[in-house]
Amino acid sequence: MTSSSDIRLSCRNIWKVYGKDPERYFKGSAATEDPDALVARMRDEGAIPAAANVSFDVGVGEIFVIMGLSGSGKSTVVRCLSRLVDPTHGEVVLDGEDLLAKSDKDMIQVRRHKIGMVFQNFGLMPHLSVYENIAFPLSLQGSTPADAKPRVDKVIDLVGLQGREKSYPHQLSGGQQQRVGIARSLAVDPDLWLLDEPFSALDPLIRRQMQDEFLRIQNDLHKSIVFITHDFLEALRVADRMMIMRGGQVVQTGTPAELITNPADDYVAEFTNDVPLVRVLCAHEVIDTNAVPDEGRMRLPAETPVEALLPMLAAHPEGVAVDRAGTIEGIVTAQSVISALARLSDQDDKAEATA
Amino acid sequence: MSETRTHWAWFALIGLTLVTLGFRDRLDWLMAFPEAWEIPLTDWLNAIMAVIIDTFGPFFRGFSSLMDHPMSWVRTILQSTPWALTIGLLMLASFAVSGVKLAIFTFFAMFYMVLIGYWSESMNSLALVLISVPLAVMIGFAVGTAAFYSDRADRIISPTMDLLQTIPVFAYLLPILLLFGFGPVVGLIASILYAVPPMVRNTTLGLRRVDEEVIEAGMMAGATAMQMFWRVRVPNALRQILLGINQTMMAAFSMIIIASIIGGTSDIGWEVLTQIRKANVAEAILAGIVIALMAMVMDRLTAQAAMARAPDGGDEPSFAQRNRYWIAAGLLTIAILALAQVFPFLKNYPKAWEVYPAQAMNDAFNYVLVEYAAAIKTIKTVALFYIMLPVKSGLEQTISPFSWGFEFTTPLKIGFGVVMAGLALYAALRGRINLAIGIALAAILLYFGITRLPWLSVAAVMVLLAWQAGGARLAIGTGIGLVFLMVAGVWPETMVSFYLCGIAVLLSFLIGTTLGVLASENDTVSAFLRPINDTLQTMPLFVILIPFVMFFKLGDFTALLAIMAYSIVPAIRYAEHGLRGVSPQVIEAARACGCTRLQMLWRVRLPLALPQLMLGLNQTIMFGVAMLVITALVGTSDLGQEIYIGLNNGDFGVGMVAGIGMAILAMIADRMTKAYSRKGQAALGQA
Repeated sequence: MTSSSDIRLSCRNIWKVYGKDPERYFKGSAATEDPDALVARMRDEGAIPAAANVSFDVGVGEIFVIMGLSGSGKSTVVRCLSRLVDPTHGEVVLDGEDLLAKSDKDMIQVRRHKIGMVFQNFGLMPHLSVYENIAFPLSLQGSTPADAKPRVDKVIDLVGLQGREKSYPHQLSGGQQQRVGIARSLAVDPDLWLLDEPFSALDPLIRRQMQDEFLRIQNDLHKSIVFITHDFLEALRVADRMMIMRGGQVVQTGTPAELITNPADDYVAEFTNDVPLVRVLCAHEVIDTNAVPDEGRMRLPAETPVEALLPMLAAHPEGVAVDRAGTIEGIVTAQSVISALARLSDQDDKAEATA
Repeated sequence: MSETRTHWAWFALIGLTLVTLGFRDRLDWLMAFPEAWEIPLTDWLNAIMAVIIDTFGPFFRGFSSLMDHPMSWVRTILQSTPWALTIGLLMLASFAVSGVKLAIFTFFAMFYMVLIGYWSESMNSLALVLISVPLAVMIGFAVGTAAFYSDRADRIISPTMDLLQTIPVFAYLLPILLLFGFGPVVGLIASILYAVPPMVRNTTLGLRRVDEEVIEAGMMAGATAMQMFWRVRVPNALRQILLGINQTMMAAFSMIIIASIIGGTSDIGWEVLTQIRKANVAEAILAGIVIALMAMVMDRLTAQAAMARAPDGGDEPSFAQRNRYWIAAGLLTIAILALAQVFPFLKNYPKAWEVYPAQAMNDAFNYVLVEYAAAIKTIKTVALFYIMLPVKSGLEQTISPFSWGFEFTTPLKIGFGVVMAGLALYAALRGRINLAIGIALAAILLYFGITRLPWLSVAAVMVLLAWQAGGARLAIGTGIGLVFLMVAGVWPETMVSFYLCGIAVLLSFLIGTTLGVLASENDTVSAFLRPINDTLQTMPLFVILIPFVMFFKLGDFTALLAIMAYSIVPAIRYAEHGLRGVSPQVIEAARACGCTRLQMLWRVRLPLALPQLMLGLNQTIMFGVAMLVITALVGTSDLGQEIYIGLNNGDFGVGMVAGIGMAILAMIADRMTKAYSRKGQAALGQA
């Protein structure tokens, strides 16, 4: 968890309610009502709470993933952040400024300079070339082509689109088109980067490749990111922290490992079923609690995935030491790994049986 | 309404109709709409018009004389440009948007006008189009944008456009004439009014269809409202908007002849019109072809421009490359102007070189007419006695020794009744209640004839159909429309329109769909039909009429054929398109199940293409109604004739009432077929 001083974006109790006069739910005493009860009351009265009481923080340089199936409200939430959709109630604070208090005119400035967004189906302008698409946000701000050029060239390099500048979107593959979308969203060098299911429209192989590209770009730029996906494995791959949504409400927020080792309910557990545990669990999570930490063993970093641990354990049956910042945190043995995996699988099975 | 309740409603209606017909001698007020119930709508309209002319007359006349200037400028420019230059520039434009083939087509099409000596008239008509299209495009774009941004504006604009498109143009020629006076500008205004709706519709549609994500991308890029419109919405809607321009252009061309009724002077429309009036068939066709060719050239040009894709990525084009067509146009202009000094025929095509084959054509026509006089007469009589009259006046009136060769005696009448009742009963017993109802209605219609049925029954049938198709709202709308036709005193004319258009549409639809089926299975048939369809659709309505007049003289049969010739096009197109559009996976699955070719057609492809076929029927009806008005020229006795009479007598009220009546008929048919199509689509899960 990042400390409070490093927080870039903070969402407090975001509600988006569709229906007749949704503001009435947040007047007077209703505001103190229990969220679950309020959601039930809205549904009874024919209103649709697309996002209900959603709160989260995104730290500087953090990749925050919102994961949920279709209709879970994740797209609504990400649109509330940039006010493409105006929240009915709540607070969106970006770098200490309340976005909901801003006028439409000020919001245009915020979008021009502080927020970039990538769309599921790319949202490219079919009548503009790759270069013009990427330069589009700059040109809307009134930059001259000469002023915009260095910046545009830089992001073109960043996403690897050199040589395709004069092509038109319809001449590119899906993956290439999304590179244009990514480059465009980065052209104004935003602080907050929103990605709405950026890779969902791509083939599985390309998707994988683009996820790697995305992580590489983030490694260079250290943006603060809100990443939307319906794919749990994708969420695990890219997330620093993630939030699972269902029916407009937040089910659980935490690091991927926290979610897997400690799912809040059966719904979350259901997702974790498909996850190969060896890939998500790290060395420090499978420590043998009975073994005494001692010197003289092979040392491995605490964040080593179990998958990478297995060949080491095969070579060192006596176990390996888990190292965090120079001190030994504990000992991992083949036995401790197997117990941890067995314990967690058992949890999953129980969840499945009750689901 | 549930299925069984609908059936009972139909049974009751059939029963009551038969009872009414049984006592028809004593129930005059049910057979013909009582005159006492009519209201003097015509007089009221005339009175209102008189007030408008008195109050706003000068304003309209002023506008008229203002528009006179650009009109005469464009005419002068086109007239003084050498024909060789005009053709050269058009060819260059054709080459630029499409390629060599279109350029060659443009050359032959335009040179035809020079060759038969109609260049000057053609250019006057082109001037009309060149002025009316940009104006219509500007007005249409503005109005369409307003309809896009404001739902309230849309609620007014959308029905107004419906009305402008469904009211026969003839009907609003007169008010324009009364308001704006006589002359070329009046034709211009009529063209604009007629050409605006497609632009409005396409603009609104295009703006609405812009991908939501693209809009969001624009917002995220920080677009202001103005930037959003001009830099995101309009460029993304451009293709649809260009399509609108193309349709506007075609609408303007289709108005050339009609516009010259009120404002024609020495243009090609006027030429066609006078030749038709003089019954000079060949001359009228020769002149009519000019309009068709001009329309085809402009259609291809604008359609190609609309379809053009963005250029591929390549090297940065140089100035000369980017402007190569402008440079070529400049060079061409200079070259031809210089050459025209040396060779005057490039400017004024010598009379001696003209080829005007009217005489030869007329001779040929006459030869055919004389040689096949008997055959032509037989066709006409058969159609008249066995199809048209039974529907119009009923078998009861039609069958006589003179027409069918025998008397319609009482035993025969009873026999007809028994056979039909038996058929209906058989269908009903096999559970095909709807078919039984259909047979019963058809039998009553054939026996008594549509013009001799009680008005209340006809109206009730239409309202019930509307109810089945689109529920209470459509039924109420239909009812109100029909009441208007009754109280306005045009019910008998409406029934004649209904009969003429009904037969024509039914036949066109059957024949057209059959052709469409063939075309969908056979590429050769398809390739053969396409140019015919294209030609029929770009031919001015008047020109289509001419050959039929030549062979069959004046009368309902000629009108019927002309309506069919024009309205068969959408039937063919939609059938082919719908059948070809059936998902290949479904076809494959059906083949795997062991479908024969016929089973494939009847049990797989036709049912799946049904919504498309219904849309085809819808368009067939709309085309039929458009042609129906024109056929007034060959002496029908329907609403179209009323409109024409109104126009000729300068009686605004008569023309307007009949025009609105026609629009009501068209709108009822439109809404009903669309509702059925929607129902079908919903049932197939395509909606």
